[in-house]
Amino acid sequence: MNFAIRSLLEVQETSLLVAQAARRLFRRPSYITEMLAQMDVIGVGSLPIIFLTGFFTGGVLTLQTFPTLKSYGAQDQTGYLVALSLVRELGPVLTALMVTGRVGSAISAELGSMVVSQQIDAMRALGTDPVRKLVAPRLLALLLMMPLLTVTADVFGIIGGGTVATMLYGMAPETFVSSVRFGITSNDLIGGILKPLVFGLIIGSISCQKGLGTDGGTVGVGRSTTSAVVTASIVVIIADFFLAKALQVILDMPK
Amino acid sequence: MATTDTEIDRTNPPEVDGQVSNEAADSTFAEVENEDRALPAIEFQDVHLSFDGRKILDGLSFKVMKGECKIILGGSGGGKSTTIKLVLGLLKPDSGRIIVNGDDITDYSEAEMMHVRKRFGMIFQEGALFDSISVYDNVAYRLHEQGVPEDEVEQEVRRMLRFVNLEDAIDKMPAELSGGMRRRVGIARALVGGPEIVMFDEPTAGLDPPTARTICELAIKLRDLEDVSSIFVTHEMNNIEYITGEYAAVGDDGEVIFEAEGKNLCLINTKILMLRDGNIIFSGTDEQIKKTEDPYIKKFLRGR
Ligand SMILES: Nc1ncnc2c1ncn2[C@@H]1O[C@H](COP(=O)(O)OP(=O)(O)OP(=O)(O)O)[C@@H](O)[C@H]1O
Ligand SMILES: [Mg+2]
Repeated sequence: MNFAIRSLLEVQETSLLVAQAARRLFRRPSYITEMLAQMDVIGVGSLPIIFLTGFFTGGVLTLQTFPTLKSYGAQDQTGYLVALSLVRELGPVLTALMVTGRVGSAISAELGSMVVSQQIDAMRALGTDPVRKLVAPRLLALLLMMPLLTVTADVFGIIGGGTVATMLYGMAPETFVSSVRFGITSNDLIGGILKPLVFGLIIGSISCQKGLGTDGGTVGVGRSTTSAVVTASIVVIIADFFLAKALQVILDMPK
Repeated sequence: MATTDTEIDRTNPPEVDGQVSNEAADSTFAEVENEDRALPAIEFQDVHLSFDGRKILDGLSFKVMKGECKIILGGSGGGKSTTIKLVLGLLKPDSGRIIVNGDDITDYSEAEMMHVRKRFGMIFQEGALFDSISVYDNVAYRLHEQGVPEDEVEQEVRRMLRFVNLEDAIDKMPAELSGGMRRRVGIARALVGGPEIVMFDEPTAGLDPPTARTICELAIKLRDLEDVSSIFVTHEMNNIEYITGEYAAVGDDGEVIFEAEGKNLCLINTKILMLRDGNIIFSGTDEQIKKTEDPYIKKFLRGR
């Protein structure tokens, strides 16, 4: 099978999985506790890495842009530039990549191990639908937590940027804050929430599909985990481009 | 000890006992002619299945009658576990029909299969316990899914674990158990909720003789007292002796007793099926298989 056909097949399988999960979401018994547990693992558990990623990304943005802006005499705009890059692009994309690495890999390894140790078969034999019990709560938890994590990354990025600007470059905190407030529009915020929703869907569906599709024992688990992380990361980055373009058109942003 | 405190409380008045032995008599003496009188619990019709171009099942046809315990023998890799998975719809055959309780489940969707599976209990060869939840939650799984109140769940779980002699392990995680303990938890999990059809995939492999005996007694009790249809895959000759040689009855004092065949007039509702190269090479009673002249079967039974 060539690459194109294989990719199309995978897209088909992944979308079917999402459709199934969506349809089963509202059937009884509902797996609310399962979903809350996943939200805890995915959301609360990811907070430390999201803090760190956000903070240092914001910091390095200031570090790199301040000198350049200064040579044009526009160093007061540092906050604006940092906030804009974070809210529009770096916040959503970096959060998605970190969550892919941390959560996507865990989901596909967990589901993959359950497949090879026949736990999925056992679940089916006991009359439970694995899509409803395992896939739906994870997908939903990702959808809910991604925007929150992204906002966290944005906030800590701006704090990081501000820290560098004030501590290293001696900028007045008020200048930084006011340029941040000047920089961010409501359209940026809408885009900053929409993107992570889509990314959450991408990460969840790809890692669940790869995990449930595991075959070939322990090696197979490794293979599907790698493949889930690689595929989800690439799809996130490609999707980001098209989302950015679509948001520009829809929200009528300056192009 | 297992005979007294382990009765599975589904209604089984003593008269059921007589009825079971009648059925057994029918199916032993008037085999083929009368088989369509009673509805088979499981029926395979010319089932074919290959993995990666390799034929595993090549036109398999058999019936498991209601209340029968069918023993399946066959070499390692002969397709026994695969057959069991087909019954539950965990795998789908390439061709042929599979009929459960009169319904052709071959083309059932996964959602439709979920309803069918509610009446099944399956004991996996490798245990297949959920390793992220405790023994208690494993055994309680089905009841939790059905939303049974927690105090009832606990009672039932303790009863089942006591039966497989593992009440002490109730709060352990599966990773802390030995292989045989895991298997026994798997048995308890499969039998919670009183399934009508039970699949045993080598349930006694790796267990000490008394525990193995308890598992066989359980299979006998399900067969004779509860009218459960089952498939029992095993390699152990003494398992076959127990299941084909004894029957369970409720004694005068209400206790379950096991009697050897021949003491009273009572015929045992168990047949043996032997698979080789995806086909049935033997089907019949234990007396017949012991008398057979087929060199492969003789070697299989005696090990040389
Ligand atoms: N998922 C699978 N993919 C490919 N081949 C498989 C798969 N499952 C089973 N097989 C093959 O099918 C054959 C039958 O396997 P099965 O597990 O049914 O054997 P078995 O009779 O239960 O053996 P044992 O007594 O060792 O448990 C084996 O040769 C095995 O290699
Ligand atoms: Mg097997």
